[in-house]
Amino acid sequence: MSTLSINVEAENTALASHDDHAHEHHDTSGDTVFGFWLYLMTDCLLFASFFATYAVLFMNTVGGVSGKDIFELDFVAVETAALLISSITFGFAMICAQGQKKALTLMWLAITFCLGATFIGMEIYEFTHLIEHGNGPQGSAFLSSFFALVGLHGLHVTAGLIWMAIMMIEVARRGLGKPTVTRLMCLSLFWHFLDIVWICVFTVVYLMGVM
Amino acid sequence: MSFLGKLSLDAIPYHEPILVFTMAAIAIGGLVLFTLITKYKKWGVLWRDWITSVDHKRLGIMYIFVALVMLFRGFSDAIMMRTQLALATSGAPGILPPEHYDQIFTAHGVIMIIFMAMPFMIGLMNIILPLQIGARDVAFPFLNNLSFWLTASGAILINISLVFGEFAKTGWVAYPPLSELTFSPGVGVDYYIWALQISGLGTLLTAVNFLVTVFKMRAPGMTLMKMPIFTWTCTWANILIAASFPILTAVLTMLTLDRYLGFHFFTNDGGGNAMMYINLFWAWGHPEVYILVLPAFGIFSEIISTFTSKRLFGYTSMIYASGAISILGFIVWLHHFFTMGSSANVNAFFGVMTMVIAVPTGVKLFNWLFTIYRGRLQMTVPVMWTLGFMVTFTVGGMTGVLLAIPGADYVLHNSLFLIAHFHNTIIGGAVFGYLAGFSFWFPKAMGFKLNVRWGKAAFWFWIVGFFVAFMPLYVLGFLGMTRRLNHTNNPDWNIWLYIAAGGAVLIMFGIICQVVQLYVSFRDREALDDETGDPWNGHTLEWATSSPPQAYNFAEIPEVHDIDAWTDMKEKGQVYQSKASYEPIHMPKNTAAGVLMGLTLTIFCFAMIWHVWWLAIVGLVGAIAVFIKRCYSNDVDYYVQPEEVLATENAFNLSGSAKNNSKGIKA
Amino acid sequence: MLIRNLCNIALASTVLALSGCSGGVLDPKGQIGIDEKNLIIIATVLMLLVVIPVIVMTLYFAWKYRDTQTHEIYAPKWAHSNKIEAFVWAVPIVIVIILGVITWESTHSLDPYKPIEGKGKHLTVEVVSLNWKWLFIYPEQGIATVNELVFPANVPVEYKITSESTMNSFFIPQLGSQIYSMAGMETKLHLIANEPGTFKGFSANYSGAGFSGMKFNAIATPTQGDFDKWVSDVKAKGNKLTKANYYELAKASENNPVTYYGDVDKGLFHTIIMKYMPGMKDMKGMKKMTDMPHDMAEHSATPSISQGEE
Repeated sequence: MSTLSINVEAENTALASHDDHAHEHHDTSGDTVFGFWLYLMTDCLLFASFFATYAVLFMNTVGGVSGKDIFELDFVAVETAALLISSITFGFAMICAQGQKKALTLMWLAITFCLGATFIGMEIYEFTHLIEHGNGPQGSAFLSSFFALVGLHGLHVTAGLIWMAIMMIEVARRGLGKPTVTRLMCLSLFWHFLDIVWICVFTVVYLMGVM
Repeated sequence: MSFLGKLSLDAIPYHEPILVFTMAAIAIGGLVLFTLITKYKKWGVLWRDWITSVDHKRLGIMYIFVALVMLFRGFSDAIMMRTQLALATSGAPGILPPEHYDQIFTAHGVIMIIFMAMPFMIGLMNIILPLQIGARDVAFPFLNNLSFWLTASGAILINISLVFGEFAKTGWVAYPPLSELTFSPGVGVDYYIWALQISGLGTLLTAVNFLVTVFKMRAPGMTLMKMPIFTWTCTWANILIAASFPILTAVLTMLTLDRYLGFHFFTNDGGGNAMMYINLFWAWGHPEVYILVLPAFGIFSEIISTFTSKRLFGYTSMIYASGAISILGFIVWLHHFFTMGSSANVNAFFGVMTMVIAVPTGVKLFNWLFTIYRGRLQMTVPVMWTLGFMVTFTVGGMTGVLLAIPGADYVLHNSLFLIAHFHNTIIGGAVFGYLAGFSFWFPKAMGFKLNVRWGKAAFWFWIVGFFVAFMPLYVLGFLGMTRRLNHTNNPDWNIWLYIAAGGAVLIMFGIICQVVQLYVSFRDREALDDETGDPWNGHTLEWATSSPPQAYNFAEIPEVHDIDAWTDMKEKGQVYQSKASYEPIHMPKNTAAGVLMGLTLTIFCFAMIWHVWWLAIVGLVGAIAVFIKRCYSNDVDYYVQPEEVLATENAFNLSGSAKNNSKGIKA
Repeated sequence: MLIRNLCNIALASTVLALSGCSGGVLDPKGQIGIDEKNLIIIATVLMLLVVIPVIVMTLYFAWKYRDTQTHEIYAPKWAHSNKIEAFVWAVPIVIVIILGVITWESTHSLDPYKPIEGKGKHLTVEVVSLNWKWLFIYPEQGIATVNELVFPANVPVEYKITSESTMNSFFIPQLGSQIYSMAGMETKLHLIANEPGTFKGFSANYSGAGFSGMKFNAIATPTQGDFDKWVSDVKAKGNKLTKANYYELAKASENNPVTYYGDVDKGLFHTIIMKYMPGMKDMKGMKKMTDMPHDMAEHSATPSISQGEE
């Protein structure tokens, strides 16, 4: 993802001399995607800060539970699968959107939405389960940093779902015009980005946690 | 929990005479302003031309307006602090009890850095950067307006804390565990958190916006290595913002979770680790000072080369030096806490890395020197600020390197020596830079020049006041006086505290001169009128437009062949030439979405601070709704018609060439 | 010109003040402080070698090339010179290399954790910062004081430092280095007084409303015998500091008078450190904790390094 965007950017820089700025219709969709990609990089650093904090605090269980005691790998594996598959289905949605196939785009978006909702649902279940058993974020620094890191990702996915719902309404009402496809492209970047972050969460928090 | 959360009448500090006086002054001032605007029927203009404007130049002016207002606020805090310390010697209590004094030094730091320096820098960047690269606006004009309102929201929140409740009593760094609920149960730290969080978001959006602008919207022919130096230094600053502000967002979020939901990130109990906060805070905080100072370096470069009528010496070197400063700025943060018990290897590494930054900074100083060399230096007000900077900043840099030696820092850390050092670099570096840029670009933004005599008076008061106010602090640091003391009891210190207070008064005269300068210049604006748009015989494209520029900046996007694009065009005789016809120009429309989001988010933050949960939900949902509506609106742009462009351009080019002919410049 | 005069005045008055006044970091009475003072002077002189020429050149160039000097050479397009570029990069690099070497060496020799060599056995003092006062526990002597620190001159002292609540910094300017006190962990500092005397000590890190009053006198007695006598005087006063009345003492108070405790509960210092660590009450964990802060500070820095480089 990142190399791709860098290439696009480099190309644009190289083309600056005969860029279409002189024309009155400045094509902004490239700018939008580039800007959104930059935003994602800043988001990446936000996650990095939470990862760093988790790495520092995950041993501070103050006699309470550690990752080994509370993580259920099978459950999380299903959760992970749902999110990973949703990335693929979003890919299909994008292919259909580029091909101007409105109905198919909507269908794939709906499937993606369901998978994303499954992921969030499972995460909420995991959190409530932990809190009910007295292992809420107030328990220890380990639990605090765990809830914050995973919760931050969950919050992003939730925002992505809201955005996706709005996009589905837009596609249904306005069709697949250029601005709509650009927005879909941004959302797809966002969605894949969250997937990559989740792979890191899964590895660093869950896999390394039960080891 | 009651309907209004923690909010009650007790929250208003009516028992503090100073605060009551301030509140009364604000109320009267606000009332006068309101009456005047109503009387002269300016509400429509204010709404249409300013509040909802997406024009980068107007937003820039509004940023600088906020910065100047907050400068008064922050400087009032400074005066109170110096007064307190001059009075509270030899065991006397002074006028401000710790309860109040501790809020003042916290507010002073937060305001001066986040709400004075940052908006000033971003304001100048807003006005000038798109013009310098020959663009019609920024990449995302609505986001630009939103960024401004988010910054304004933060500033408003900090001022609300004067009236409702209190501000943080933690110092501007708000180190836990002091800033945790256990030791700061009041709303002060919450004001701090939300004010920083919301304005930080605005700053982050600005950085993304301007990075896209710079990388995607430069005029044809302007390769990266032909970009004006100010644009370059701003770009480095924006890269730093994009890379460091997320860390601030993260660390503030963690502190919020600790305080609101009982998390244990930085608490003493529950396995929290306050050192993590300190590390993360400075991983943002150190790049932050380079964010402030790099654009100032760019301003000095522009000024020196303009007023020596000469190319900038070592342009390439300058760009690499700025880049080196930016990158090194990320690997030195530990020098803020050498005394936290890291091993000698770690301390020594960060000490040496910090010194390495002195290399590119030194190179810059030498490059400015060699720009003056064999030039024709005009002693204008911006040049005086620049020379003042070069002297002052060199001293500040030296004391900075001294503090970077862990062995020296062990005795100078947290002392007034440190206070003197960072004021020496931030005032002598960043603020002098912004003030230089202010008088340099004022005609571009407002259409008339600033009065020179009052400008020079302001400069002399400032620089003399600076040395009188801060050199004594170096001495006090050596004498073992630590920072944030409320009162002292050491006769050796008294004389220096008195001198420092005198210095602050001198700076106050400097600020008064600047206010008078603004008034006098506005009064005489016809005599000071800038007809050509190029009052200083400038080098770069911002001088190729009228002053103030049209909303669309350039009727036709210029083609760039040289670093000093405008000089190049003047030498080739390609300026002030009207065309027979113009293309229609595509421009963004004004929008109320930014100010509405600012308002709803201010409500959200205020409600969060006072634990009024229902109102917080209303505010947040409101902000999200406005944002979504704006994002899916199609009515966001319009075209300026060719006839209108033609009429405006003809008028401007006529006066431009006439003025230039009379000055004998080759046009 | 005015600037230069002011600088001169500032410099002259500084020198005057610093030689005349006593009690600051430039008037050290201990070996660590003396080394640090010399370090400051050497580094300053080295830097002045560049700083003074730059300031002089700035004012000289500005004067020489002012716009009325039409007889001076004017080279508007001259903007590059390899020779000058090499020079302007080389000079700061050389200075920084020299300073870097000095920094590396001095940081290791002045490491606050490093015991002072060749002066015999260290006296141990356990320091606790409370809101807003200092508690000094003498584990070997079994006594404690509030807001007064006494030790013999010419005997190195090892300070073990922690905090009950907020972060403070333990600092006696005339003896040298300071170090933070942080709750739940122990930091270390080694200082020595080269001559007897009373030195001012205080907290150098703001910690709340009563911070300004967090002062104490650090008294270096002329001989070991004087110190021993002081210890037995304190012991004679009785007044035991137990875990129970420590709790009373720890409550926030300002401008505390000097207080002596002739007896102290054993292990009080460890109890204070461990109170935030319910999961580590066993002796093994405790041992580990006392070694921890030094590593922990590094540890907390390391993940952020990798993150800073991203």
